[in-house]
Amino acid sequence: MIRVGIVGGSGYTGGELLRLLLFHPNCQVVQVTSERFAGKSVSKAHPNLRGTTGLKFCALSQLSPCDVLFLCLPHGRAMESIGDFQSLAPRLVDLSADFRLHSAERYQHWYAGEHSRPDLLGSFVYGVPELHRDTLRSAALVACAGCNATASILAVRPLTRRGLVDSIVIDVKAGSSEGGNVSSNASHHPERSGAVRSYRPTGHRHVGEIEQSLGDIPIHFSATSIEMVRGILATCHVFMSESLDEKAVWKIYREDYGNEPFVRIVKERSGIHRYPEPKLLAGTNYCDIGFERDPGTDRLVVISAIDNLMKGSAGQAVQCFNIMHGLNETLGLEFPGLHPI
Amino acid sequence: MSECPVCAVQITFSNDTVVGELLECPDCGTELEVTALDPPALAEAPETEEDWGE
Repeated sequence: MIRVGIVGGSGYTGGELLRLLLFHPNCQVVQVTSERFAGKSVSKAHPNLRGTTGLKFCALSQLSPCDVLFLCLPHGRAMESIGDFQSLAPRLVDLSADFRLHSAERYQHWYAGEHSRPDLLGSFVYGVPELHRDTLRSAALVACAGCNATASILAVRPLTRRGLVDSIVIDVKAGSSEGGNVSSNASHHPERSGAVRSYRPTGHRHVGEIEQSLGDIPIHFSATSIEMVRGILATCHVFMSESLDEKAVWKIYREDYGNEPFVRIVKERSGIHRYPEPKLLAGTNYCDIGFERDPGTDRLVVISAIDNLMKGSAGQAVQCFNIMHGLNETLGLEFPGLHPI
Repeated sequence: MSECPVCAVQITFSNDTVVGELLECPDCGTELEVTALDPPALAEAPETEEDWGE
């Protein structure tokens, strides 16, 4: 059994990770930290786990050595203590944004602050298995990708890597759990309920990751928070440099994703949900991708959907963990979702 | 073997396939009609369109 610890386990990503790892056949969760809940049962923060484990939260200072540490700390905290974490575990999987960007300049631009460990920025593998599977196999340090970045990158990379794109406009609709479990005036129910909130029309921090992964292509990104707890729908308006018919687009996506265990091409002419629908992906590690060519123009609309807490964070972290340990990539991630939900 | 007219995936006919039979494309889910056996050919079957107040 691989002995794992979760640092910062009382948040939504920590809880989702715990849900997955408690039932992972090759894992033993030995410690979960939370300063706020130290000494209390993990079900105090994650009531869905009642009766499934006797684990209690411990303080960060009580953390002991293990095989793998998953870091679910707020952005900016992992880099402050990364040396301590490295001394406790030979492998780290960081779910925060601290080590996703590979240059200090890029980090400063998008996060408006200096990185405290720029020497390590190039040492972390960006945790998107569909892009970096081979590197992940031998990785000791993994920085899991952001949720909006994952949905966006997976949607359009088959086109960008073939040099088929002039520019992209990405419109993300996101669920409220993206904001984490700390409340604010804006998340107060009378304010939040029923609202369609443009929370980042420009300048979203995930654009840094998207640009890093897609290369030198103009990317315009807007995010809107909608009436949904889990889920992301990314509608990507791709302005093509080359005109392709839909069969050609099918071939491209099939070539890149035909053998991927967690990417499905969803584009149907009949049925109830003909394009990717985040509601159906709640609790799953899938990224569903569909597309439609706008006749008579150079626009290809690519649509992707994920559960932000799964393929957008904890699920993708477990997928990376499986690859790092030479395990079947789908272990612990087989849940196919619920319908209806 | 024939190509799906929508997504271009290769579809193999079984031995008892007949002209007029309806198949579902395994990739794009399109309902297809077998229009010929030699050589094998497929066409899109009539579909129901969604109309959301267009």
